[in-house]
Amino acid sequence: MHVPDGFINAPVSLAAGVVAAAGLAICLRGARRELDEKTAPLAGLVAAFVFAVQMINFPVGVGTSGHLMGGVLAAVLVGPYTGVLCVSVVLIVQALFFADGGLSALGVNIILMALVTTLAGYGTVLVVQRLLPNKRASAVPAAFVGALVSVPIAALAFVALYAVGGTADLPLAEVALAMFGVHVVIGIGEALITALTVGSVLTVRPDLVHAARRYEQELELRTAPAGS
Amino acid sequence: MSTRNGNFLLGFLVVVLLLAGGASYVASSQPDGLNRVAADTGIADQEQEHQLGDSPLAGYEFAGVEGILGGALAGIVGVVVTLLLGAGLFMLIRRKPAESTGRSGVHPRQRGGSGSE
Repeated sequence: MHVPDGFINAPVSLAAGVVAAAGLAICLRGARRELDEKTAPLAGLVAAFVFAVQMINFPVGVGTSGHLMGGVLAAVLVGPYTGVLCVSVVLIVQALFFADGGLSALGVNIILMALVTTLAGYGTVLVVQRLLPNKRASAVPAAFVGALVSVPIAALAFVALYAVGGTADLPLAEVALAMFGVHVVIGIGEALITALTVGSVLTVRPDLVHAARRYEQELELRTAPAGS
Repeated sequence: MSTRNGNFLLGFLVVVLLLAGGASYVASSQPDGLNRVAADTGIADQEQEHQLGDSPLAGYEFAGVEGILGGALAGIVGVVVTLLLGAGLFMLIRRKPAESTGRSGVHPRQRGGSGSE
């Protein structure tokens, strides 16, 4: 969903850049609390993982593909503030080195794929976690649902930005319907990849899944090793 | 850093490199959701060329190396650059052992010599 140059006009792109910079500043402060000597290298790897998986476009129907955005995936693994920074690093590398996502649209892309996905998606994760049993395995379905909703919401956020600063006068309802429809399907892919990844890390190293920290009491009880 | 942690990170890195190296081989080359909608609705008529469209890695290709190998190289370079930038940033802003207040529930480490990077 990388917005190229020319879709959104200059004033709105500039405003988006200011909003994105403010969001990143907040996340830089918040991430300090999430990162220690153990999680900092992991967070770097999560950014690299998001970069790699974003390259893997999967088909979502005739002539169309989708790819992971990764906001919810990163937030669940390393925390929401750090997660936003992970996806933003990916977007900056893509725009500067791979000509993917316009330079003037960098703020737009950070808002859509890092900030909106994390706010909406990780917010959903927290709500779902409260509804599900208080077990660390609940982090997986919560991540699934969060990822699922994050993609169509990001698509609608694009339409909202296009409504304010779109460079062509097009029927917005039609754009919104098309964007929402295809991104509902892409969201299923996002949800599957996110749940698979979170589930894998949770199996191997539950202590490294940020969204599973809330179940720490259960972890204490369970980690008494059987045979030692 | 414990060996267990080191092993996990190393395994994760191998997975990431394999994904990046193989991505261009398995990825669909169809336009993604936004590009499809943009083409269908006319948004794409306003698209401008990327200012860095001539750069050696533009379009996830690797200048001078054809086909799948070029795509694999581009992916691996992207992973390495992202990892260095990301890990560098996160090591820079992380809570240093000495200034851990324990407020967030993480045990302050009593390991002396690790704060010198």
